[in-house]
Amino acid sequence: MNTLNTTVTSEAEMPEENVVPVQEDKPAETVIEEGKTVGRPFADDAKFKLRNVEVFYGQDRAIKNISLDIARNEVIAFIGPSGCGKSTFLRCLNRMNDSIDICRVKGSLQLDDHDIYDPKRDVVELRARVGMVFQKPNPFPKSIYDNVAYGPRIHGLANRKSDLDEIVENSLRKAGLWDEVKDRLDATATGMSGGQQQRLCIARAIAVSPEVVLMDEPCSALDPIATAKVEELIAELSESYTIVIVTHSMQQAARVSHRTAYFHLGHLVEVNETNKVFTSPEHELTESYITGRFG
Amino acid sequence: MTDQRSQAEIVRQSLKRRYRKERRFRAYGIAAIAVALAALVILFADIIGKGYAGFMKTTLTLDVQLDGEMMYLDDATDERQLKMADFVEPLVQALIREIPSATESDRDAVRDLINPYASVTLRDALKANPEWLNTTRTMTFLAHTDVDVYVKHAGDEAYSIKLSEQQREWVDQLQEKDVVETSFNDVFFQNGDSRDPSKAGILGAVVGSLLTMFVTLILSFPIGVAAAIYLEEFAPQNKLTDFIEVNINNLAAVPSIIFGLLGLAVFINLFGMPRSVPVVGGLVLTLMTLPTIIISSRAAIKSVPPSIREAAEGIGASKMQVVLHHVLPLAMPGMLTGSIIGMAQALGETAPLLLIGMVAFIVDVPDGFFDSATVLPVQVFLWAGSPELAFIERASAAIMVLLTFLISMNALAIWMRKRLERRW
Repeated sequence: MNTLNTTVTSEAEMPEENVVPVQEDKPAETVIEEGKTVGRPFADDAKFKLRNVEVFYGQDRAIKNISLDIARNEVIAFIGPSGCGKSTFLRCLNRMNDSIDICRVKGSLQLDDHDIYDPKRDVVELRARVGMVFQKPNPFPKSIYDNVAYGPRIHGLANRKSDLDEIVENSLRKAGLWDEVKDRLDATATGMSGGQQQRLCIARAIAVSPEVVLMDEPCSALDPIATAKVEELIAELSESYTIVIVTHSMQQAARVSHRTAYFHLGHLVEVNETNKVFTSPEHELTESYITGRFG
Repeated sequence: MTDQRSQAEIVRQSLKRRYRKERRFRAYGIAAIAVALAALVILFADIIGKGYAGFMKTTLTLDVQLDGEMMYLDDATDERQLKMADFVEPLVQALIREIPSATESDRDAVRDLINPYASVTLRDALKANPEWLNTTRTMTFLAHTDVDVYVKHAGDEAYSIKLSEQQREWVDQLQEKDVVETSFNDVFFQNGDSRDPSKAGILGAVVGSLLTMFVTLILSFPIGVAAAIYLEEFAPQNKLTDFIEVNINNLAAVPSIIFGLLGLAVFINLFGMPRSVPVVGGLVLTLMTLPTIIISSRAAIKSVPPSIREAAEGIGASKMQVVLHHVLPLAMPGMLTGSIIGMAQALGETAPLLLIGMVAFIVDVPDGFFDSATVLPVQVFLWAGSPELAFIERASAAIMVLLTFLISMNALAIWMRKRLERRW
């Protein structure tokens, strides 16, 4: 973990090697039953239908038989200790793992009842529908305008300059950035502050009007004020988008999400309404984690 | 407390040692740079010291009586008559008039002060202006190379002066009368090679170099960049690509003369391309430059942060769009720098070109890619190996021209990198 978690949180970031010896704190009989998830992993109006998903890195089984539904227009948070597979699982949803040669995905992953990993499926079209915001703000080293306009341009969403201007303005407004940058759209994006850059990345992601936005620890590199702004933004976006957010901050999960999924060593241990997970977790591993006994 | 104080004391003492070490380390560095700079200064001082004279020519300014009877010429427009006519005699007579102590019996010694090509210059002038016949004209001619050497290097042990005592006296007199003068050597920049050092120039070699470099650039940059992009972005990681990678690194270390042999065997013997031409030179240098360009381009592509790639992929850019819109613009400064350095290497390359015949003695300035040519470093090689001392300063002067090209290319590389980087 080389990023600094600056969100106000009781839980400290733990180095990777501290994750494994869970045994110390938990009763010896706590065994995770593979493929069994307590709580409410399924939903009626599923945007994503994920069944028996397994991910391998070479010989390593990083994700072990996970089944989950992600409902339309919900905000679902993935939490869990470092190395538990939540980011890997998230990246399966728009096939960002494709570029890793040794990575293989098994199981059935469906977006609106169409297989994501169908060999005939066009990954470009998939990613236009399932946008992504990354852990570190990664604006293109171009102007603010070009950053937001890039997606609509490559997908041919705007035929005229005025259409493009409108998309850029709307996206920046939705990301709460318009008032800060409207006078310097031609300035390079890399000169902005970290929080502004991350909101720009969100604006860039929503400029192509995706149906789902995946966020991989979007606030881990931001200070509390910038974090608050991004969280506000997530709340607003949840009206029109399905949002999947990976976070290390349980407070953040509690603040922004409708449902929370707890991952542990590649297993999906528990999924439930967020307030239920944080007030009365059903699984003892979840309870240990949210009470800070490990993580 | 005492423990703490003694510990602080230990730290303070070790600090002294550490600082001493640091100073020593810095001194080593400064010494190394000083040695390198001294070597550079000596190199430049030597080359400039020997070569500056190459940028000077020695001329004779004479009042030439274009006497038709003496020259056996009564019609300057007649080609045949011009060919037969005697253009040496008017020059010799003009020079004898300038030297009071010289008589008709000294005419051979006087003639040897005039450049053998001076008569050609006179004929060309008369051919261009036939009305000059039977008039007296003040014209400037090149002096003989021996005079040139004597004027420039009179007191220098390293040069043997071939003039007789009498001739030296005459030249001294002529210098006082401003008949013999030295001036900027425009001939050096306007001519191709020549057997006569005074007439020899680098224009042929410069043009040959430019043509060869053009072929090299046109071929090696696109091929090198395309190969680098394929290997970095599209090629699957397997034994074959590993094998290719190892071999590219090997090729970068292969002695250049081997590429010359390859060019000789393949381009000339197998494909039957002509010898000594810039196209073949360019092809051979392309082979030599490719590994450099591929390796530096791959390094440039690798240095593009993966986050940019992910960002573009996350929006739904195709592989091609990621490469064209994001990776290439970010990697371009590094690619260009690598290519220009590769080109500078190729510009200074001699060995492979010797094998494909670009070492021939070529007087004419090449006028195309398939015209016999030589290049600057080979010209230096030819002149440096010449027995005539007057060629040594030509060689040094040619080295200076070559270095000027190399330094400007490297400066261009730095400027381009700075310039392109600022945009991002």
